[in-house]
Amino acid sequence: MADEIKDMMTPAYDKKKKKEPSHTRKHSKTSTIMLAVLVLVLILVPFVFAATSQEIYTRILTIIGLYLILALGLNILVGYAGQLDFGRIAFYAAGAYAGMIIGLIVANALPAQFAGLSFIVAILAGVAGAALLGGILSLAVLRLRGDYLTIVTLGFAEIIRVSAQNNILHLTGGAAGIPTAGKNLPMPIGLAWLQKNLYIPLGNSNYSISFSANIYWYLLILLFVIIAIIITRRQENSRTGRAWAALKDDDVAARAMGINTTKTKTSAIMMSAIWGGVAGALFAYVQGMVSPETFAFFGSILVLAIVVIGGMGSTKGVIIGAIIIYGTPELIRAFAGPSGLPFIMWQLPLSQNVVATIANYRNLVLGLLMVVMMAWRPDGIIPMVRPKRFLTTEAQKKIEGSAGDSTVDPNSASASAVPAEEDLVKAGDAA
Amino acid sequence: MNYFLAQLVNGITLGGMYALIALGYTMVYGVLLMINFAHSEMFMSGAYIGLGTLLLLSNAGTQNAICKVLPFLSFFKSLRSFFTGSTVGLIIMFIIILAVSAVLVGCLGMLTERFAYRPLRHAPRLAPLISALGVSIFLQNAFLLWIAPNKPFNLPAVVAKAAIVDLSGKNLSLGITPLRIIIVATSVILLIVLDLFIARTRVGKAMRATSQDQDAAGLMGINVNSVIALTFFIGPALGGIAGVFSGAYYGTVTYNMGFMPGIKSFTAAVIGGIGNLRGAMLGGFMLGLIESLSQAYISASYKDVITFVILIVILIFRPGGLLGSSVVEKV
Repeated sequence: MADEIKDMMTPAYDKKKKKEPSHTRKHSKTSTIMLAVLVLVLILVPFVFAATSQEIYTRILTIIGLYLILALGLNILVGYAGQLDFGRIAFYAAGAYAGMIIGLIVANALPAQFAGLSFIVAILAGVAGAALLGGILSLAVLRLRGDYLTIVTLGFAEIIRVSAQNNILHLTGGAAGIPTAGKNLPMPIGLAWLQKNLYIPLGNSNYSISFSANIYWYLLILLFVIIAIIITRRQENSRTGRAWAALKDDDVAARAMGINTTKTKTSAIMMSAIWGGVAGALFAYVQGMVSPETFAFFGSILVLAIVVIGGMGSTKGVIIGAIIIYGTPELIRAFAGPSGLPFIMWQLPLSQNVVATIANYRNLVLGLLMVVMMAWRPDGIIPMVRPKRFLTTEAQKKIEGSAGDSTVDPNSASASAVPAEEDLVKAGDAA
Repeated sequence: MNYFLAQLVNGITLGGMYALIALGYTMVYGVLLMINFAHSEMFMSGAYIGLGTLLLLSNAGTQNAICKVLPFLSFFKSLRSFFTGSTVGLIIMFIIILAVSAVLVGCLGMLTERFAYRPLRHAPRLAPLISALGVSIFLQNAFLLWIAPNKPFNLPAVVAKAAIVDLSGKNLSLGITPLRIIIVATSVILLIVLDLFIARTRVGKAMRATSQDQDAAGLMGINVNSVIALTFFIGPALGGIAGVFSGAYYGTVTYNMGFMPGIKSFTAAVIGGIGNLRGAMLGGFMLGLIESLSQAYISASYKDVITFVILIVILIFRPGGLLGSSVVEKV
């Protein structure tokens, strides 16, 4: 009987909002402060890098941020909805090319003083391009078993890369990419003003606080990362998010519970496509150009590895994954390079051979890690936390002891993890 | 007209290779309902192992480090001169190369199954797919780093010395070379043998039973594990043979040579109806023809795109493939 109850209780989500015990609220307050401090540090750190002329670290953080947005989008599909995508780079490419093409057109059409606004249009265009691709993709996978999605996404990614390489419709500029030499993207709005006016020399030292394009894009991407984290976390706990979780666990059961699996799958594909588009358009502007070799198949694998190794469905895991997979090789290269360790500028005594070997072995280790992780730690470094509530043995005893007794003290339940009213219901069932 | 016929010959040759690889995908899918992404790396390993055997057996390998180490060189020398001296010797050597490559790649396939897939047999569906992708990346990089550091083996230079070129160089009309005949004939023979094996033998019956229902097959006294292991031997072995063919046909062996043929053969398996052996053969030959004809008449640079578009269109309108039944989701 105890097993039965445990079984019934397993997916017990909270039915009503309950007052949280005071210690958890206190904890959430401190974590809010911690988060605020972290964000503040992340906002300020590029200025320190700039002041110590180690802007390469700003670049590395920018790239990690871009891939983090991409991975957070993939996380919706893989982590929340349980659909595997081996062609994530397709959305990145769609966003980058759409953003770049539209951005260039808009920049040319606008009067010079407003041309800096083109990147906003470009991001919207990137989102639209990726969403269009997502729409086609969801059409293609509506009638299929889940694992066909992997091969279809892979096919899509290759179609896009090959088309871009062959300068399809004379839009993508072929292997050389766009914009063609001589043409440049306009400076984003506000950058020139910030560069001119935000300059604070620090006393008599050689250091000064100044602003640069790198910092501009870094801060913009930081903003988008924060937005992406907030939105995806909110979605995870929304009605749609629960539907995704149901789809992940068992699509037949989900259908039986009245979930429109087609719609749910489509929404997951579209939502994750949109973040791919945002990241792509941002990448186009950060890099200043797009070319097909960025969008090779291995890019998809790296993004997938971020999500799988970090922890499918776990935002923290994805962040850690992005830092490990995209950060480590870049950081090692930077440490050994002329700028050395951040702030100290002490160069790591690594020869270029060692650095190259580390970079080469990254992919081998990634492959091995994916196999090993699936066997021993399928939930990743930081596993996803899913609402789960089991009866503690104490609570079980209580239920068994009070079987048939309808006057269970509601306060006694607060000691266990079981909500009082459910306690009563189970006690009734047991009788 | 001659151009068209030459393209047909080209397509059929390609189709033979695709069909061999597609069988591996379709067999594994039939038994485990899983896309074995590492299969393209079986193809690649087959090409490398074939090349290694060639270097060992032919005079071309005397500079090779492995051959220098071998102590019984005098015996080996006479063996080599036999292999490279006459046409019979060449044919025997080619058969040995194919056999060695098939057996070793088959063992590699079984190892993969044992360590990457068996622990995940009851895991969620995503897990074995990710694991397979991991195996694929691992094998690619292992070959890149340890066996062919940064540069592809160039088969033609070796082949010229090994005089295998005699097999591929004599041009009959329409580009029908002996090598092409061997590729197509071997593929067709292997396909027929496999089909008979699955349909007629006891082990084949066990395999069919396992693919229908693993638990029930286990209850009927079938050793499900060994049947799955056998599936993972046969599929990769065929892939390995295709790898040797591809190496001999194109003249190069590289660590990433498996990616494109892998996806294309998967497409072939889907066209024929995944899980269906004859479907995989049909799909392979169809895809080979489609590819060579579209390359000749539509666009050479878009030939890969055409394959993928076909894959997607078939998956949308006829997900069960041409010979397969409609794909029903299991409850």
